[in-house]
Amino acid sequence: MPQIKFIEFNGTEHDIEANVGESIMVAATSNLVPGIDADCGGECSCATCHVIVDDKWLGKLEPISSSENSMLDLNPDRTANSRLSCQIKMTDGLDGIVVNLPEFQY
Amino acid sequence: MSEAVAIPTQQIPDPYQVPLEDFNMSDPALFQADAHWGYFERLRKEEPIHYCESSLFGPYWSLTKFNDIMEVEKDHGLFSSEAGITLADRPADFALTNFIAMDPPKHDVQRKAVTGVVAPLNLAKLEPIIRSRAEKILDDLPLNEELNWVDHVSIELTTQMLATLFDFPFEDRRKLTYWSDMATSGSLAGGPTPEEVRRAALMECLEVFTGLWNERVNNDPSDDIDLVSMLAHNPQTRNMEPMEYLGNLVLLIVGGNDTTRNSITGGVYFLDQYPDEFAKVKADPSLIPNMVPEIIRYQTPLAYMRRTATRDTKLGGKQIKQGDKLAMWYVSGNRDEEVIDKPNEFIIDRDKARHHLSFGFGIHRCMGNRLAEMQLRIVWEEILKRFERIEVVGEPERIQSSFVKGYATLPVIVHPKAA
Repeated sequence: MPQIKFIEFNGTEHDIEANVGESIMVAATSNLVPGIDADCGGECSCATCHVIVDDKWLGKLEPISSSENSMLDLNPDRTANSRLSCQIKMTDGLDGIVVNLPEFQY
Repeated sequence: MSEAVAIPTQQIPDPYQVPLEDFNMSDPALFQADAHWGYFERLRKEEPIHYCESSLFGPYWSLTKFNDIMEVEKDHGLFSSEAGITLADRPADFALTNFIAMDPPKHDVQRKAVTGVVAPLNLAKLEPIIRSRAEKILDDLPLNEELNWVDHVSIELTTQMLATLFDFPFEDRRKLTYWSDMATSGSLAGGPTPEEVRRAALMECLEVFTGLWNERVNNDPSDDIDLVSMLAHNPQTRNMEPMEYLGNLVLLIVGGNDTTRNSITGGVYFLDQYPDEFAKVKADPSLIPNMVPEIIRYQTPLAYMRRTATRDTKLGGKQIKQGDKLAMWYVSGNRDEEVIDKPNEFIIDRDKARHHLSFGFGIHRCMGNRLAEMQLRIVWEEILKRFERIEVVGEPERIQSSFVKGYATLPVIVHPKAA
């Protein structure tokens, strides 16, 4: 099972084992990692599962879709590494991925 | 609105005695009488995507299931907001535009100009202000005698909040309430306010806010974090036409006022109807943050939002034509048993309480959703500190609107905690 390292805004780390095929959002919420709200339940339509992906991993992700892009665009705190975690499906290739959590979800 | 007249429920026929083709869910009487529930339940079962051929607003589709609504919310290219977000068509000679009724790219630009006011960091600054105002309002309430909760608490608190966000003259704050009520109660929308009265009120609103704009436009932008200054200083919005300024003001006033006001009232009403739930939160106030989204789901302060199809398409087997209006009935989707467990029950510790439609989804999702939740949380924290119980002593009077699901009155008696 591929591993995900979540780093909360305050620096607390959570190492989680994810199932291949599930999203990083689902891995976080089902393991009670705080800081991801996911109001819409994974529909790419609320932007409350915002994460900031570590530089080293950003290039390994599927490209951002236009709907994800438009949802992220509503967030004034968007960074170049911002993604919606419901749109990142875990693969073996992402084993060890590091994602940072923002201070707040909108 | 106090001029609203309650229509007895008996006048609304049983939904199973009415042919489906005659269903018109946009009829304000259904909401004023609180009689829409059975109609929506039948639609969800028998015709979840329903065409109404004729209404005050012309023909339109009703979407009643959670997932159909979500599908339309997400496809803002196919289902546009440009023609407006209520079923009433805007009169050509008084067309208020604002970013909720725009598609990208203009929507994104205008929304971003004001998002900062409800950014989490700003909310953290607002929290102590809201709390001290809630404390004062609750401390001043007459005890052990009948009062109208809507006027004493819900309107007062949301209006004070709004005055803060706009940095509006505090003593004139009830003007904001008045303009908000006028904006949503017009006769063209099926409400009780004559169109000329509505327009006069909104022009007064524009005049007052133009004065505030002129006072602030040349101030140092870093000193002003109110909504008026944000619009006046942002290069993308500083050259707005007056009617566009008014449109955005109305959006922010109604958005920040009606919705929270009616959710504050709704919460008091629901907790009176569900005494076991009240006992739960009284015993454990840490349930409040989960109770708040449940109140917002159960109330659904805006019954629907409209979209307009930009081309012919199929939706759930129905043929939608370019230009057709669609009403996404949040009030029905929020009671959809396929998505929400025991949807007709008010359960304050329900799982995934935020998975409701009241804020909308997609790019038009409510900008102030976390502010709304914060206000409700603070109100309930302060209520539980002070009061033994808020007893509802009569049925609420509901307003005449199929868009704003609101209360004109809720008679209550506030019982203090034993000393």
